[in-house]
Amino acid sequence: MEETPLPGIGVRRELVLDSGRRVGIVIHRDGETELIVSKLDDPDACLASIPLSVQEAATLGSLLGGPQLVAQLSEEHRELPGIRTMQVPLTRNSPFAGRSLGDAHIRSSTGASIVAIARAGEILPSPAPSEELLAEDVLVIVGTDEGLAAATAILNGS
Amino acid sequence: MGGTTVALLELGIIFLGLGLLGRIAARMGMSPVPLYLLGGLAFGHGGLIEFGGIAEFGHIASEIGVVLLLLMLGLEYTAKELVTGLGQSWPAGLADLVLSFTPGAVMALMFGWGGVGAMVLGGVTYISSSGIAAKVLTDLGRLGNRETPTVLSILVLEDLAMAVYLPILTAVLAGASFLGGLQAVGISLLVVSAVLLLALRHGHRISSWIHSPDQETFLLRLIGAALLVAGIASTLQVSAAVGSFLLGIAISGSTAENAVRVLEPLRDVFAAMFFVVFGLNTDPATIPPVLGWAVLLALATAATKMATGSWAARRSGIGRWGQLRAGTTLIARGEFSIVIAGLAVASGAIDGQLAALVTAYVMLTAVAGPVVARFAEPLVRRLVREPEIAR
Repeated sequence: MEETPLPGIGVRRELVLDSGRRVGIVIHRDGETELIVSKLDDPDACLASIPLSVQEAATLGSLLGGPQLVAQLSEEHRELPGIRTMQVPLTRNSPFAGRSLGDAHIRSSTGASIVAIARAGEILPSPAPSEELLAEDVLVIVGTDEGLAAATAILNGS
Repeated sequence: MGGTTVALLELGIIFLGLGLLGRIAARMGMSPVPLYLLGGLAFGHGGLIEFGGIAEFGHIASEIGVVLLLLMLGLEYTAKELVTGLGQSWPAGLADLVLSFTPGAVMALMFGWGGVGAMVLGGVTYISSSGIAAKVLTDLGRLGNRETPTVLSILVLEDLAMAVYLPILTAVLAGASFLGGLQAVGISLLVVSAVLLLALRHGHRISSWIHSPDQETFLLRLIGAALLVAGIASTLQVSAAVGSFLLGIAISGSTAENAVRVLEPLRDVFAAMFFVVFGLNTDPATIPPVLGWAVLLALATAATKMATGSWAARRSGIGRWGQLRAGTTLIARGEFSIVIAGLAVASGAIDGQLAALVTAYVMLTAVAGPVVARFAEPLVRRLVREPEIAR
């Protein structure tokens, strides 16, 4: 990761991808964040710079960070056939948004367990049953195929 | 009608007019400064209507406007940014100074304004508007571009150079001898270094002293400190504006952020007044004779700024389109060119034509600069038949 100070404005943090494209953020002094993506033909310039609210930036962070955690857990469970790790984003209309994790009774009814919650760019490992679920949380669930399908259906209310 | 009544009426009309002009500027996405100058021209000596009742208030309000402009500029930067900027980009800063100071200085000599005039007009053409440049970079979505830090570091150096330039100018305008000028240089360099050092080591202490959780107390302390420091600096012949700039640098962290927030509306009112008063004191009839010269000066200094920006960008390994963008962003001159000319006009040491030339010059570059920054790349790409690929 590269960090470049922008005097009088803030700071830019970015990553140069294998394709040569730069992807990163500009953080303004007042905390505003902009997502930037550079052009391929002119890597000095930006194809897009998208202002993000604090909430949007955090959600995007969870979405990007989730797969890595899943890959890590899958690697650990490789020895156990039939067990998979999956990430399930909690939609806005989920019946459990705003309620505690225990209310969903995932473990007792499906056998799958929620091992982590990715929220606001951070990972909450081993969430307690009392933990409140929020819309746009990404839940990391471990279980069998059937268990995962049932858990997804319960969480997103279908 | 009494004097106060007339002044209130005139001020009311002026501020309403400025509100209207500001709205037009915002609609067109341009800096309001040229329109404020235009407003001042319309209501001043030789304009549409002559407003004479606000001379006293206008004078002191525009002084406060300059103090607040420079205080806010200082608040934008931290001492660390200035010191690192100085260490990394001084070659670009030096090229900028030589290339863009010269055209103004040469033209002043041609007009027969002598060494003092050269010093003033050189400063006017040297200093790009960091306010307009920052707005252009934000509006065009160029904050993530790789050439942007180069552009910003040039602007930082120019603003820092003002801290040394303004005290010298003040001394020269006051009719100081060569030795007196040298003394001013010495004092200002010493003061600037001392303040930078103080701000680096003890910035948090100055900040915590000014800070107050109560917004009203905070605002009063801030204004009080700014005016007091400006007054002391003025007494020491270091220029009031520089005093408040240095105070702004010394205030850091969250205090600086809060200060920017509470001061912004006040700055807008008093700075607008400053631009209007500058326009009021300029007779519009003096502009047409110097308009051709202003255009010539604008073209010459646009070229030198583009050369500086491109060269600095090339040094940082930026491609040719980035070099073009960096150069064009620096073209606009604005608030600080008027601050410099205002000092010169107030001292009475310079021919009245200077105000007319600077007014026309700043209006031209402040309006054309952002337009060139926006359209230079697509235009040149079309000319060389190398269309932009959006991916």
